[in-house]
Amino acid sequence: MSKANLLDRRQVVSTLLADRKDVVAIGGLGASTNDMCAAGDHPRNFYLWGGMGGAAMIGLGLALAQPKLPVLVITGDGEMLMGMGSLATIGLQKPSNLSIAVLDNEAYGETGGQTSHTSAAADLVGVAKACGIGDSRAITTMAEVEAFAKAVHDVSAGPRFANMKIDSASLERILPSRDGTYILNRIRGDLGFQPI
Amino acid sequence: MHARADAADTAPNWPDDIFATLQRFDVRQVPYVPDAGHSKLIQRVLASSTMRGIPLTTEEEGVALLAGAWAGGQRGVLLMQSSGVGNCINMLSLIPILRFPFLTLVTMRGEWGEFNPWQVPMGSTTQGVFELSGVQVLRASSAAEVPAVLEAAASQAYNALTPTAVLLSQRLIGAKVFTK
Repeated sequence: MSKANLLDRRQVVSTLLADRKDVVAIGGLGASTNDMCAAGDHPRNFYLWGGMGGAAMIGLGLALAQPKLPVLVITGDGEMLMGMGSLATIGLQKPSNLSIAVLDNEAYGETGGQTSHTSAAADLVGVAKACGIGDSRAITTMAEVEAFAKAVHDVSAGPRFANMKIDSASLERILPSRDGTYILNRIRGDLGFQPI
Repeated sequence: MHARADAADTAPNWPDDIFATLQRFDVRQVPYVPDAGHSKLIQRVLASSTMRGIPLTTEEEGVALLAGAWAGGQRGVLLMQSSGVGNCINMLSLIPILRFPFLTLVTMRGEWGEFNPWQVPMGSTTQGVFELSGVQVLRASSAAEVPAVLEAAASQAYNALTPTAVLLSQRLIGAKVFTK
């Protein structure tokens, strides 16, 4: 099913997280959260198995609470479309440590591959830009992915947004933990917070 | 011209009581969709050096934001009006799954002298929606009740991780008056 000149989603995500240092990463519901796990489990991985449309806002709350930490949201086009208003909310708050990477396969891959709005009309880079996220990139090469991965660590120049066109190949599912309380408290513990 | 019967003219003090309680509980992030009944509290939040007021495009954004804030070590509170509660329903599922402190303050419409019938369906089901979603509901119907209700709500939300909504009744905030 994969077309030429489209990026491999696992390669993109493992490149984004390869030299992650202190990055906190949020994986949107669907294949994105699996991709993050496939790149290697990490105490600062925030895997979502629900709450569709909420990934970018979880990133905003975290970025505002921890302004010195790079916060990276990795999500799909369908999940981002559902939370499109959050781009306006982020554009207004302008958290300089928040980055959003959309893995855009132009389809709802988890539900049978139905085409999404980005396949024909919706331009998420244009939306992000128009919402006030000045650094909004349309990414089509691995060199651009590598440059974006580097930029994520600059916590003074965000927010930044990237839409990455990936192929629609359906890959083996690498499933992270489904225990939300464990996932959240593992992040809190790694950031030095005690249980209540 | 839309103006609350009393809120605009005789600035009430209960929003100051709410602000003081939120401050005492070290609340840092305050996402909101504006409502006339919340206008004084929103002004206090936006003028505060310790709280960050965060306007939302839709209320469900605020639920997700509070989950992220807690992951990063901060407490928050979501301000909205009753119509916004319906916009949150699926996102409320994050609360029992992630177990983060959830407090929301909801100004009520669709009750106590409501003029606009379009507010009534959601206003009538606000409490039921919260309860079905696992959020405990407390209510303040008079200014005198506000400090104790807020104290109880903040205490159980932040200390006991009991998801809590405070309904600020239309009787408290004053029915919205529509003048030509």
